[in-house]
Amino acid sequence: MNFDFTEEQVALVDTVRRFVARDYGFETRRAIRATKSGWSRETWQSLADLGVLALNIEEEHGGLGYGAVEAGLVMNAFGAGLLLEPYLAAAIVAPALIRRAASADFQATWLPKIATGEAVIILAHADARGEPVSERDGRLSGRKAVVAHGGCADLLLVSARLASGGSGLFAVTPGSAGVTLHSYPTLDGQPAADLILHDAPASRILRSATVGADAAANGTLDATLDATLNAALDTIEAALDIGLAALCAEAVGILEATVAATTDYLKTRQQFGQPIGRFQALQHRMADMLLHLEQARSMSYLAAMHCADEDRTARQRALSAAKVTIGQACRFIGQNAVQLHGGMGMTDELILSHWFKRLTAIEMSFGDTDMHLQRFARLSRAA
Amino acid sequence: MDLTFTAEEQAFREEVRRFVAEQLPAAIRHKVTNGVHLNRDEHVQWQRILHRRGWGGPGWPQEFGGPGWTPTEQYIFEEESARGGAPRLISFGLKMIAPVLMAFGNPAQQQRFLPKILSAEEWWCQGYSEPGAGSDLASVKTRAVRVNSTEGDHYIVNGQKTWTTLGQYADWIFCLVRTDPEAKKQSGISFLLIDMKTPGVTVRPIITLDGAHEVNEVWLEEVRVPVENLIGEENKGWTYAKFLLGHERTNIAGIGIAKRELARLKRIAEAEGRLDDPLFAARVAQVEIDLMALETTNLRVLSAERVKKAPGPEASILKIKGTEIQQAIAELMMQAVGPYALPFQQQDVGPEYAANLGAGYCNLRKLSIFGGANEIQKNIISQMIMGL
Repeated sequence: MNFDFTEEQVALVDTVRRFVARDYGFETRRAIRATKSGWSRETWQSLADLGVLALNIEEEHGGLGYGAVEAGLVMNAFGAGLLLEPYLAAAIVAPALIRRAASADFQATWLPKIATGEAVIILAHADARGEPVSERDGRLSGRKAVVAHGGCADLLLVSARLASGGSGLFAVTPGSAGVTLHSYPTLDGQPAADLILHDAPASRILRSATVGADAAANGTLDATLDATLNAALDTIEAALDIGLAALCAEAVGILEATVAATTDYLKTRQQFGQPIGRFQALQHRMADMLLHLEQARSMSYLAAMHCADEDRTARQRALSAAKVTIGQACRFIGQNAVQLHGGMGMTDELILSHWFKRLTAIEMSFGDTDMHLQRFARLSRAA
Repeated sequence: MDLTFTAEEQAFREEVRRFVAEQLPAAIRHKVTNGVHLNRDEHVQWQRILHRRGWGGPGWPQEFGGPGWTPTEQYIFEEESARGGAPRLISFGLKMIAPVLMAFGNPAQQQRFLPKILSAEEWWCQGYSEPGAGSDLASVKTRAVRVNSTEGDHYIVNGQKTWTTLGQYADWIFCLVRTDPEAKKQSGISFLLIDMKTPGVTVRPIITLDGAHEVNEVWLEEVRVPVENLIGEENKGWTYAKFLLGHERTNIAGIGIAKRELARLKRIAEAEGRLDDPLFAARVAQVEIDLMALETTNLRVLSAERVKKAPGPEASILKIKGTEIQQAIAELMMQAVGPYALPFQQQDVGPEYAANLGAGYCNLRKLSIFGGANEIQKNIISQMIMGL
């Protein structure tokens, strides 16, 4: 048992940290945020040049073949920089999904393009309430809600209910007839979009037979349902679990920066003739923040270790526990960092308020704290 | 990063688990797993069983008769002992005075005292707190005056110690006493070992809110203590006291005990049908998640110990979270049985598992107070770790 990182892993972290410090400062980010698309293809290309877009793609497809620990380290290092580009969605979730779901041909076509930055592929999964995306005669209709980085996509992977029952996964090309992306920024400044489909052309990409058989063999499917039809949801879920662990690592990176900045502020801000960090009420609040941070850090490691577990119950139990711990840390540390910064914490001018908003968004993404707490309770009872 | 235990560590875990399953007397296991206080004989019995196996001093190096375990092996031992329903080892001798004797005692003191701690022939208690010295420990007032006489040099000790846990069983007490009243607070303190049978030592019980006799007052009136019983140098006692407090903090998180109590909570909640209530189930889930996180945090501290020995201020994190979790579990167990948590000191009312839950909840309020109140731990975190 050890929590040490290899030299290679440390070098990877240094690369990303250097990039954030040198090329992704607060003002650079502000300028990118002000553009119409809300992200920078140029930055994306720089990330490709650094090699980090190839991180979680197998070597046979031009990637580096790393795993969840490295993905977590990179996400953690990006954390404080508040990247507007779709690293989580396009460089972590999409390859994980394609590897699990798509045919060899599809993989050979698209994975190398993800690695080089040529193609941004985004999963659109959550339906808008009352407007589920469904398939009829190979065409899709319905609405996907708040697709993170949906507007950045060169290709969309869209889940849909099948006319024949069950669910499927489809590739949809933005710009095609019947495909509308309504783009907007979210609370945390990141670009997102609603995807509106009207009889849109789509090609089914799920490698259905094998995936379904695997899932059935693992006992992860309800035996009364047709394995091949529901494999899509399981596969998407497995890819999102990889993403969830990476999101947890990003959160910890922001939490670290937030706690450090607040500690510094308490040491420098003078009131009543002394640094406000001398006041015990504030010292104890900081201690509570550190407790949340350390527990969050621990759970982010645990999430990285378990996010690719074959055993679905063990995997989701660990991930839900991590998301609860980290979601609560995001809430507590975020709110108190703003509180302890006083009026300054309320301003757009400090990066702190942007960290706060990203922490808030993270808490509400990939299932919020209540959802994961309930799922953990259910899984723990079944286990 | 590798969060799994090595094959050797896994084998060791199996060995401890088997040993506890085979050797722990059933009556003791039943008491421990139902939250019933053990008596002196039961504690001594288990200590002797461990000692025969060579496991009497889990944290002790081999040169003093310990097994020489790594911090990880100690952690595994404590976790498996707790899981198997074994009593927590009485720490006053094994984990408090013994490390002080090893580090600062002279060879005569080591030979005189250490073997009898391992064999449980002598029971130790702690003479730190006083009515006026709790969190502010350095303000101890118990006075020791050195007297030279023909019968040998000795100290005359006068004062009062309090919150002395299981002092009613003790043969010896280690005390912080003031030897230089003129010196500045920390610098006039010495560390004395006192035989509880010495004339002038009086133990008076303090009954706690759960009705138990666990702690005591110890009165010291004109107690003669031979100078041979001084640890290290006179007036250097604070150094040894701080060293001891550092050792008290290894395994402070109580992960094994919390796991055992969580399993008990789930059994009780299941029997009471409380897990069908989503609000109650979420509360149980929350504490289980907190425990998972703390276990990993604890393993991180252990992993860091491989390179830098005793745990530093991060032990305060383990103390706060560990005690909060154990208190939360006790609270939920009490809540799970509803009104049957209320009958006091009754064994024949309601389900058997409900009998001690109200008292147990009350008793565990101590966790956030002793060993450095959790508020003191927060001072340590904000000042030592965060530099505020």
